[in-house]
Amino acid sequence: MSATHTGTSKKRAMFESSIVRRAAVDSLKKLNPRLQAKNPVMFVVEVGSVVTTLLLILPHGSTHFAFNLQITLWLWFTVLFANFAEAMAEGRGKAQADALRKAKSETTAYMLRADGNVEEVPSSHLRVNDKVRVVAGQMIPGDGEVIEGVASVDESAITGESAPVIREAGGDRSAVTGGTRVLSDVIVVRITSNPGETFLDRMIALVEGAQRQKTPNEIALNILLAGLTIIFLLAVVTLEPFAVYSSAPQTVFVLISLLVCLIPTTIGGLLSAIGIAGMDRLVQHNVLAVSGRAVEAAGDVNTLLLDKTGTITLGNRQASEFLTAAGVTAEELADAAQLSSLPDETPEGRSIVVLAKELYGLRGRELANLNVEYIPFSALTRMSGIDMEGRSIRKGAADAIANYLKENGSILPDEVRATVDKVARQGGTPLVVAENGRALGVIHLKDIVKGGMRERFEQLRAMGIKTIMITGDNPLTAAAIAREAGVDDFLAEAKPKDKMDLIKREQAQGKLVAMTGDGTNDAPALAQADVGVAMNSGTQAAKEAGNMVDLDSNPTKLIEIVGIGKQLLMTRGALTTFSIANDVAKYFAIIPAMFMVVFPQLAIINVMHLSSPESAILSAVIFNALIIVALIPLALRGVKYRPMSAAALLQRNLWVYGLGGIIAPFIGIKLIDMIIASIHLV
Amino acid sequence: MTSNGWLQIAVFFALLLLAAKPLGLYMARVYERQKTWLDPVLGPVERLLYRLTGVNPEAEMRWTEYGAAMLIFSCATLLLTYAIERLQHAIPIPMLNPQHLAAVEPYLAWNTAASFTTNTNWQSYVPETTMSYLTQMAGLATHNFWSAATGMALAIAFIRGISRRESKTLGNFWVDLTRGTLWVLLPICLVYALALVSQGAIQNLKPYDTVTLIEPQTVTAPGADGKPVTTTVTTQTIAQGPLASQEAIKMLGTNGGGFFNANSAHPFENPTPLTNLLEMLSIFLIPAGLCITLGRMVGSPGHGWAVFAAMSVLWFAGVATCYWAEAQPNPLLHGVNQRVATAGPGQSLSPGGNMEGKEVRFGVADSALFATVTTDASCGAVNSMHDSFMPLGGMVPLANIMMGEIIFGGVGSGMYGMLIFVIVTVFIAGLMVGRTPEYLGKKVQAYEVQLSMLYVLIFPLIILGFAAVSVLIPAGLSSISNHGPHGLSQILYAYTSSAGNNGSAFAGLNANTHWYNSTLGITMLVGRFLMIVPMLAVAGSLATKKIVPPSLGTFPVNSTLFTVLLVSVILIVGALTFFPALSLGPILEHLLLRSGISFS
Repeated sequence: MSATHTGTSKKRAMFESSIVRRAAVDSLKKLNPRLQAKNPVMFVVEVGSVVTTLLLILPHGSTHFAFNLQITLWLWFTVLFANFAEAMAEGRGKAQADALRKAKSETTAYMLRADGNVEEVPSSHLRVNDKVRVVAGQMIPGDGEVIEGVASVDESAITGESAPVIREAGGDRSAVTGGTRVLSDVIVVRITSNPGETFLDRMIALVEGAQRQKTPNEIALNILLAGLTIIFLLAVVTLEPFAVYSSAPQTVFVLISLLVCLIPTTIGGLLSAIGIAGMDRLVQHNVLAVSGRAVEAAGDVNTLLLDKTGTITLGNRQASEFLTAAGVTAEELADAAQLSSLPDETPEGRSIVVLAKELYGLRGRELANLNVEYIPFSALTRMSGIDMEGRSIRKGAADAIANYLKENGSILPDEVRATVDKVARQGGTPLVVAENGRALGVIHLKDIVKGGMRERFEQLRAMGIKTIMITGDNPLTAAAIAREAGVDDFLAEAKPKDKMDLIKREQAQGKLVAMTGDGTNDAPALAQADVGVAMNSGTQAAKEAGNMVDLDSNPTKLIEIVGIGKQLLMTRGALTTFSIANDVAKYFAIIPAMFMVVFPQLAIINVMHLSSPESAILSAVIFNALIIVALIPLALRGVKYRPMSAAALLQRNLWVYGLGGIIAPFIGIKLIDMIIASIHLV
Repeated sequence: MTSNGWLQIAVFFALLLLAAKPLGLYMARVYERQKTWLDPVLGPVERLLYRLTGVNPEAEMRWTEYGAAMLIFSCATLLLTYAIERLQHAIPIPMLNPQHLAAVEPYLAWNTAASFTTNTNWQSYVPETTMSYLTQMAGLATHNFWSAATGMALAIAFIRGISRRESKTLGNFWVDLTRGTLWVLLPICLVYALALVSQGAIQNLKPYDTVTLIEPQTVTAPGADGKPVTTTVTTQTIAQGPLASQEAIKMLGTNGGGFFNANSAHPFENPTPLTNLLEMLSIFLIPAGLCITLGRMVGSPGHGWAVFAAMSVLWFAGVATCYWAEAQPNPLLHGVNQRVATAGPGQSLSPGGNMEGKEVRFGVADSALFATVTTDASCGAVNSMHDSFMPLGGMVPLANIMMGEIIFGGVGSGMYGMLIFVIVTVFIAGLMVGRTPEYLGKKVQAYEVQLSMLYVLIFPLIILGFAAVSVLIPAGLSSISNHGPHGLSQILYAYTSSAGNNGSAFAGLNANTHWYNSTLGITMLVGRFLMIVPMLAVAGSLATKKIVPPSLGTFPVNSTLFTVLLVSVILIVGALTFFPALSLGPILEHLLLRSGISFS
């Protein structure tokens, strides 16, 4: 999987007609005061709309019926537009949930009873610790862990990725998900979740936003908006006595118009949509977060812990050169190295064969024709090699080969040792090759840093995020790779406990730490990290411990996750700033309109030269409603985010949303006023 | 406007700039209990005070304890001052009451005690005929020290909340109070009072002088039967007293309560242009220094200067507007030559601008500067009558206070008020950098936002609430001296001044009524103490947090951009809250005046 995978396969058009239709209906349902009250700003608008509606239908002697009616309608539109924004954001999730539900169809499970017999049961009857057998072509009936066998599994229902993945008993690739299909072989799965609590169920609930809870920053922002609403309520309520004192009393319609224009309806109306859309963006990247809190935390991350293998470097080391011992020709060394590696199916072994072929034109030989005994790698000897026709070739780590030579009454020459050290210092892994008790030289196995990683780490650094590479390599090797990849720091010879200590140490300094992991031994660290992204291919324990799961199992995606978190917070901040900045123009529209009839001198504040007091107020109210609709795409898409320093980001966003927020309504209100005046709406 | 006027304003600011840093760094040393050159003299005094009062200077207080200590202290000193006022006639030492002034009326005594405790120094009385020397010295002058030292202690507690890491406590109120008084207020006042005396300010315990007028004055006033009675006045009483000592702390502590009714327009309180400059400087001195103290204590000098810059920008906007407005002649007097002898062809007929209510010794520039400075800071001392300013000139002091007394602000209170706005700013704009908003490494979360908004909310609530009621009821309306928009301005000014603990007034309003005395009293107490509680809670909460180490991703609070942002938030929040009311007050009055309409 490439580091820049963006899950384009799952992207939908922003305004799909089915989603729009459903959202339109939902926005009416959301008028229910009990639902509306969750959003204090829009609740105030709804109350205002109800009051003006009542005044409109109650008998009274008002003469401005057309004006009052239009104000009332636009107030309702303001509420509906805000509801529509939220419904749109939810709708996109719901569409995704529908697709997932299809994968959740009832299947037949073949349960293994204690006596060894197989029983056919509906998948919904399975409970934790039941064991089921799944053969090729069958759907896996529930979340579980492979306890026997190995199989290729099609997980496209969940990940959208069509390439099958391998799932096998033991190790870190044992977890399987209900609703995915076994393509080959047979596995026995121990069920790990009860019906209704499966991964798929949780995923559906998450993308649907059913259990959506406000995130910490959202709560704080809501408080700020509620506070501003109260202040403006106060300003408007007290304005009427001042107006009465000045012999220029105002109608309730005008006062409510002023109030609705001043309170931060733009951000108030879009706030929950922004949050839902943020989660949705994550889903589009094939990442599931257990809560919005985790997404916010991703934006706050100070330190990224990245595993070297698979994240920073390609998973496998590759042979890059043959370094001969004194008196040995390169061909000799390459030949011995290739011979010893021919039966070696590991990627490292294959890369040696390929390198020998590329450099010296040595062809792979058909070993079956030769009388060859293959000595596989063992933990005890830490060597591998072959014995054939009087040739005994071994390759392995320097100390292992040194022991081997010693047993054969020989020694590892110092110059070879020096070569070994040199390779290690360069970040490579030295493999010493020996034939018949003589060291031939060293194979330089190199970690290949993934393309583009250095640039990404530079971007992270510009954002003030520190990257730490975690590796089991020795410090020398680790330092060399860290230097090549451009990470800020590294943790060498890392054991699970070291990782945990590092996280705690960073957290004690007030930093937020993000990491990825897949193994069971990663679980405690995943739980301790502020953002713990478990690989979907990993163990159940890892997935339970983290607060996000990457369905693509791509550890590099952590960087994208951080970007999504930041984008979510930035979108909120930008629209809050925009919303508050808008108020300046609204004052210049409404205040002169309110009092110009009695005090024509106030016309000088009517800087927009709006055509009439009624038109000015109506224009401001219409602008206030329409801006919510106009910003729905921005709220759903998120503001543009490029990695840069906080100061640069702030400056850019202040120009766009702060200054833009001051200027935009002057233009918008003027335009609306011109239209109103030209078609004589008031 | 003249280049001389601008030069004076520039000189004022240059001197402030020079003085802020050394004082700020000194104050940081004082409050962090580091060595200072005054320790040999003051150290023993401090230790003696702790021994006498049983204060353990090492004991740390949580925000609740700190707040409780502050309230207990304020309450006790309030009662003490009340007692002194009520008992001033009974003290058997003649030199402390040479005029044999009677006990102060209970209600007025209460109002005055509350006013001085809250650092408002709203004066419903004429000091010369009400307060004995004892009351002035032991009741009022001492309170000027205490309320100032209290404000400074609170600001320091807030700064500690920002700078401390995972701490439950904010320091010790008694220690902060003592050190602020001994190391900062007393030494400066000692030198300052002597400087005032050198310029002609008086300092004595003599009975009032009576002098014969060179030019007898004819005064017409309504008699007992309502008919005008004309009397000829040939003598004048010149009030005396221990003035210089009180004048110094009145300005330095941003208290503003005049020794005389005329306040700093009185030649004894403010004898020369030099003292005028000193008095203005001393208003801003400590608040400006506290910016530097902030920078030092939180380990980010740049942040201190950024806050200082924000305050300076707002100050300059105010003084420029006020000076511009006051330098214009009153349009209603257009065609009336106010300087017959010297106005040449093409010259303005009133070249001095609007001179009504201004001391001729200080003129328009120094009056506009004084009015701006005294209302930016919550001082309230005046050298000219704000009520007589042009509508827009008078709007500047009003709007200054409406911003929340944070443009330098009251000693201490200006700093913590500004820091609340900093938190609001950081929260609004901080999200825009894609992180949970952080202020100097402290995460700003729901709790801080909630309490900060409460702090921001209380202020307009009491101002607009009481003003709205006052324009509806006869008890409120009967006190205004001008109808039309200026009357509204007078009422707004009274509540704004009390809520902001400023104490200056649009003096046309007769505030000595039951309605105004009671509601203004409540406003003063709420504007001080009710706002302190959420402020301290924010500080307490911040103190418990970890400090995220700064990185490139950190929201910058020491940049020009931050200053611009802070100024914008203050202006927008302040303007959005009060613009409707101002538009019917000074703005409308200005526009009506331009078209020749005035009200009686």
